[in-house]
Amino acid sequence: MDAEAAAALGGRWVGRPVARVEDRRHLTGDATFVDDIRTAGVLHVAFSRSPHGAARIEGIDTADAEQAPGVHAVLTAADLGDLEPLVPRLNRPEFVAVEFPMLAAERVRHAGEPVALVVADSPHAAEDAVELIVVDYEADEAVGSIEAAVEHDAPRVHEQLESNVLLDVPFADDPEMDDVLAAAELVVDAEFSSGRLTAVPLEGRACLAEWERGGQRVVLHTSTQIPHLVRTTVAGVLGLDEHRVRVVAPDVGGGFGQKCVVAREEVLVCVAARVVGAPVKWVEDRVESLLAGFQGHEQRFDVRAGFDADGTMLAVDADIVADVGAYSTHPFTCGVEPLMAATEMLGPYRVKHYRCRTRAVATNKAPMAPYRGVARPQMVLAMERLLQKAAIALDLEVDEIRLRNLIPPGAFPHISATGLSIDEGSYHESVELCASTLDLPAFRERQRAAREEGRLLGIGVSVFAERTGYGTEAFAQRKMAITPGYDTALVRMDPSGSVLLSVGTSGHGQGHQTTLAQVAADRLGLTPDRVEVRQGDTDATPYGWGTFASRSMVVGGGATRRASDLLADRLKTLAAHMLEADPEDLELYDGEAVVRGAPGKSVAFEQIARLAYLETHRLPEDVEPGLECTASFDPPGTFSNACHGAIVELDPETMDVHIERYLVVEDCGVMVNPAIVEGQVRGGVAQGIAAALYEELAYGEDGQLQNASLMDYLVPTAWEIPPIEILHLETPSEFSETGAKGMGEGGTMGAPACIATAVSDALAHLGAEVDRIPITPDRLHEALREREQA
Amino acid sequence: MSDPHLISITVNGVRHETVVEARRSLADVLRHDLGLTGTHIGCEHGICGTCTVLVEGRPARSCLMFGVQADDLHVETVEGLAENGDLNTLQQAFTEAHGLQCGYCTPGFLMLATALLRENPDPTDDEIRTAMSANLCRCTGYAGILAAVRAAADADSTTT
Amino acid sequence: MKAADFDYYRVDSLEDALDRLTELGEDAKVLAGGQSLVPMMNFRLARPAALVDIMRVEELRGIERDGDVLRIRAATTHGEVEHAAELEGGYEVLRAAAAWVGHEPIRSRGTFGGSLAHADPTAEWCLIAVALGAVIEIAGPAGEREVPAEEFLLGYFTTALEPDEIVTAVRFPARCRRAAMQEFARRHGDFALVAVAVALPDDGEPRVVLGGVGDVPVRARDAEQVLADSPDSFEEAARAAAAEIDPGADLHASPDYRRRLATTLVHRALEEAVADGR
Repeated sequence: MDAEAAAALGGRWVGRPVARVEDRRHLTGDATFVDDIRTAGVLHVAFSRSPHGAARIEGIDTADAEQAPGVHAVLTAADLGDLEPLVPRLNRPEFVAVEFPMLAAERVRHAGEPVALVVADSPHAAEDAVELIVVDYEADEAVGSIEAAVEHDAPRVHEQLESNVLLDVPFADDPEMDDVLAAAELVVDAEFSSGRLTAVPLEGRACLAEWERGGQRVVLHTSTQIPHLVRTTVAGVLGLDEHRVRVVAPDVGGGFGQKCVVAREEVLVCVAARVVGAPVKWVEDRVESLLAGFQGHEQRFDVRAGFDADGTMLAVDADIVADVGAYSTHPFTCGVEPLMAATEMLGPYRVKHYRCRTRAVATNKAPMAPYRGVARPQMVLAMERLLQKAAIALDLEVDEIRLRNLIPPGAFPHISATGLSIDEGSYHESVELCASTLDLPAFRERQRAAREEGRLLGIGVSVFAERTGYGTEAFAQRKMAITPGYDTALVRMDPSGSVLLSVGTSGHGQGHQTTLAQVAADRLGLTPDRVEVRQGDTDATPYGWGTFASRSMVVGGGATRRASDLLADRLKTLAAHMLEADPEDLELYDGEAVVRGAPGKSVAFEQIARLAYLETHRLPEDVEPGLECTASFDPPGTFSNACHGAIVELDPETMDVHIERYLVVEDCGVMVNPAIVEGQVRGGVAQGIAAALYEELAYGEDGQLQNASLMDYLVPTAWEIPPIEILHLETPSEFSETGAKGMGEGGTMGAPACIATAVSDALAHLGAEVDRIPITPDRLHEALREREQA
Repeated sequence: MSDPHLISITVNGVRHETVVEARRSLADVLRHDLGLTGTHIGCEHGICGTCTVLVEGRPARSCLMFGVQADDLHVETVEGLAENGDLNTLQQAFTEAHGLQCGYCTPGFLMLATALLRENPDPTDDEIRTAMSANLCRCTGYAGILAAVRAAADADSTTT
Repeated sequence: MKAADFDYYRVDSLEDALDRLTELGEDAKVLAGGQSLVPMMNFRLARPAALVDIMRVEELRGIERDGDVLRIRAATTHGEVEHAAELEGGYEVLRAAAAWVGHEPIRSRGTFGGSLAHADPTAEWCLIAVALGAVIEIAGPAGEREVPAEEFLLGYFTTALEPDEIVTAVRFPARCRRAAMQEFARRHGDFALVAVAVALPDDGEPRVVLGGVGDVPVRARDAEQVLADSPDSFEEAARAAAAEIDPGADLHASPDYRRRLATTLVHRALEEAVADGR
């Protein structure tokens, strides 16, 4: 779409870095996270969790725990009553469904799996009592890696299954693949892998359940990204009509995908509260979070890529495996990483020939949930490193080889080899801007001179397409049993003329209470402070899917805009009646409906609202009372894009990687709030740098997690994250109502590849390459030593 | 079972007396015994700094102190920063610089920065970065936080 | 991660502290700053039956300088050491080392004596104490005694302290202008993977001490010999240090990488020790 059309989409508030309405309560200590909620008589839950990666439970003795001071109840699987099994599902034959048990009954399948729970007067007393629970475990041989899990005769994570492969999809095929590779000027063969990560939201998971109305209804406050789906699932598992469950996401201290799946503890606190007849709260501690919180990003890509002499990437033949841990999580299942990788791997590169097998392999580790980026960080790492290897072999610069292969301007929509339709973006422009800003030729000079002094400088680049704001169709294609794609907005003007916007999305740091108000304010001719955004409470918001997958501004913002437009029409209809004018001649501006060109002829919203609510006897015959409109939006999706560039220097003695400069050239279409967009980029890049250089969950082959503390799971501090320069391009989306595209995950997608290519570039003359993240000084030392000995 | 202890802690200038188990952390005492839930808990092993408060004017990780250790001491928390309901210079700087997203780590950073600027009202950028590297933030990538502390330092120095 | 139950006693004199420890027996521990002990208690890895809080004992706080001799009383915080005027004229290396000790909030509460008593082999004060030949002053029911730092640090988190004894002070008998500390950690403020403290006294034997390569701070005797024979041979000394140590492997570093760090850090520490015409 062109700039003029895009301008027509814009308004007075969209596009401005409006200060966030959320901030005040956080700055004054008045925010309300789950553990801040004051509930009289609340009791506390602690869990007995498996110390083993795999074991049979021969017996559980809770007698001593039950007698411990302050204990109200001790529950095992046998005490939970009749619960509907939770079986996350994909409706496709290659998917193997397994039940996700609330409490382990006969077997435990990962260290940290909950086996029993204690309800006590305090978290201290609950933890004391947990120590008195005696579980008779018969340890089994565990599988702690993909390699071990796929071996013939490997111990099985799920004993009833024939193997540990929970999903095996010959995702794409191309009969010409072998011929194309055989004839290619250059074939690059490589294996890329990434370490297992966990989201580490500063607030762990937490939930508080209270039964009200004599046990008829349960109110569950939970630190979640998906309140409605938690309600549906909890009601389903408990066998309740859904109106008997209310879920409230209060302030949520980060989610990053760890909280966009349903947690066992959310069901369990409801059961526990019913058993003890009192409100029950569970607040995850950091060890639990690292050990048993959902994890992700542990993937392996075996790839062969064929190139032409001029650097054209002709073919990609990939074998993708994701280590999905012991269970599928609901609703996204263990298929989310491998299927997303397979579907989107080619990214914005116009590769004609694609073959891909993708698998989800179970191991005795905590289950995978879609952690920010999901599979894109890994597939971008693979693609960008392949291009780098080819560029070196073919003597092409980093920008040249990418420009040769990226979707050029004017070639949109691009239909990928997997049938994905990539809408207009600025791929070429972003690479050109990145390369010129970093001054590639000047850098190469610097690098040459530095090498002569024994210094190790490198430059890295990554380019990607971020699939965002996609609706039900995309989820249906993945064969999900439920399709969390549309969203809904309800816009209501009250008698005072101010507006309540209730949405099904569920922000937890993204500033939706500000940005969605900006969208609504523009459509309604109000200032954003007159629009209150309500989210997270299933009693007070329309059914929606929450916040994940970079969806909220597109899907929620689109629904908001549509609902706001409907309300605007209503206001104009009533105002026209009051002013005896034609609705077509009316504009909404500054809290009034004004006749265009006749500024004296206006009526304030308060007056319209008064008519609509309080003096309805004056309404025309065919007009209903009230000012409330609902709309939903189910878009096909839209791709944002970015090019990341980094200059690094390695300390030749310690192999420490210092990021000298980090640049993001990003295009997310219309920016509703540029400050918030930049905040999301910076936070995402920080997590991406963490994945590239610092973080990894270290599981042994026995399924034991060796670094279940923040001392050894290395979340970066302010010293490790460099200043990040951001340049914006703007290609408005045709598919989002507002022209905005999603962008919340992009930072994580580009950074690992950018850093890996930069470090590889720094070491290129020494023959060492980086195909595995995280890159640690220890591993670089090892790689260089191997080269020296070879 | 150990004996409980009667302790007196002055928080934000207000003296509180409460009876606590010795093992109750200062963080838990502030949050649940005194109802000041602005101080948050992130790790309980002294790495993330989310629980940072000021004890006798110095920054301290309230998860690494037992309430009984703070007996007769002066503690300052995030609830004490605003001046008559108005955001102070530092708080204002945080919102202007987009120095918070989910807000969970924010009180800890505010107290950390308060301690820094009291001791060193005119810090260099590196000194700010060093000081702020004591705490973890998962949302912002730190840039907004560093910019906020810079702005607060500059604002206060122009008024003195 | 709530600590297990314990009895708590706050004392305001050394005598009371010792009486309490004797009375409570082996399962009681001294609580000073708590920055090392409390995390262990929150993990429930440490479960003392009782804590004796010595942070209000005046006689255990403060720093004295008497000519060459620097004496730091045990419950002095890292921050107080860092900013002490008493470091001037020969003990500046402690100020430099203090900057490596965790972060400001840790330094506000954690204590010098507590760090020695905790005996983490990468702890900066443990390395400095060995490098500068410090003496640990101890009080117990039987009276007072002193142990050289090198003999005080016995093993991984293990010292020569008896359960009923308290570290009262750390005494540095001789200043050393040419002393330095270098360390390498993955993140700012983390415990070091490898740390090095070197001391090149004007009259006395050079000391090269490494942390993170053994259960206790390790003196690199071969490196020290190289420097004794040839004071400018930093590179050779660094290589000798790397060759004589036997570091273990862990999550973050292989033995070979630790040796690489040792080489680099010994060299850098020596360079720093003689910098600025000290």
